[in-house]
Amino acid sequence: MAIEVRIPTILRTHTGGNKTVEGSGDTLAALIDDLDSKHSGLKNRLVTEEGKLHRFVNVYVNDEDVRFTGALDTQVKDGDSVTILPAVAGGC
Amino acid sequence: MLRIARATYDAIVAHAREDHPDEACGVVAGPEGTNRPERVVPMLNAARSPTFYEFDTADLLRLYRDLDDRDEWAVVVYHSHTATEAYPSRTDIGYASGPAADPRTHYVLVSTRHHGPRTGLADDEVEFRSYRIVDGEVSEEEVEIVETHLFGHSPTTVVYD
Ligand SMILES: [Zn+2]
Repeated sequence: MAIEVRIPTILRTHTGGNKTVEGSGDTLAALIDDLDSKHSGLKNRLVTEEGKLHRFVNVYVNDEDVRFTGALDTQVKDGDSVTILPAVAGGC
Repeated sequence: MLRIARATYDAIVAHAREDHPDEACGVVAGPEGTNRPERVVPMLNAARSPTFYEFDTADLLRLYRDLDDRDEWAVVVYHSHTATEAYPSRTDIGYASGPAADPRTHYVLVSTRHHGPRTGLADDEVEFRSYRIVDGEVSEEEVEIVETHLFGHSPTTVVYD
């Protein structure tokens, strides 16, 4: 068992074109570190220099937006499904 | 260039008119990896605002799961400006340049600032323009509207880049 991670189209350049990859970790931060060790450059796209989740990126653990569950500190476990998506918003 | 069927164009404009003076938003889905906007998916503007739009976070997840199941992607992301021209704002450019936003997306901007039914203006006009936005750089592209009865007969393998 592992954690399945769905990758948005543009970030598949880091995953050899794969839509989903697998990783492990107890928290979202640890999972992203693990993913980055196998798919170099992924962490830079998701986490800012200040160590926060990028504000234009949405991450979900199962159906929950991690903004409401502790962001990078969100607990994850084997069997969870993580989805990464671009936030869609704007203004005038 | 954005090549779009008349019916799709009309659906986007109708949505923008309907939601005026709030901003309307949505996507046009098409087969993943193609430039073919085929299925209009109007989205709720969670901000319900005349100056801002955003897809609700749960709606966004549902949308992308649905696209994934259909082997589609968002060929077009559209939204309206209701008091300003159909040109991407700084906020629009910021989101479109985000690290997970696909630069192959066509960003359609519709302006309803001069549209007749709600404003009472004699000259009804809705601007419809399309852009690519890559790393903060905006480039406008030509929009070709294909009459719907012809669209089905066009070669489906053509990809415009
Ligand atoms: Zn805008």
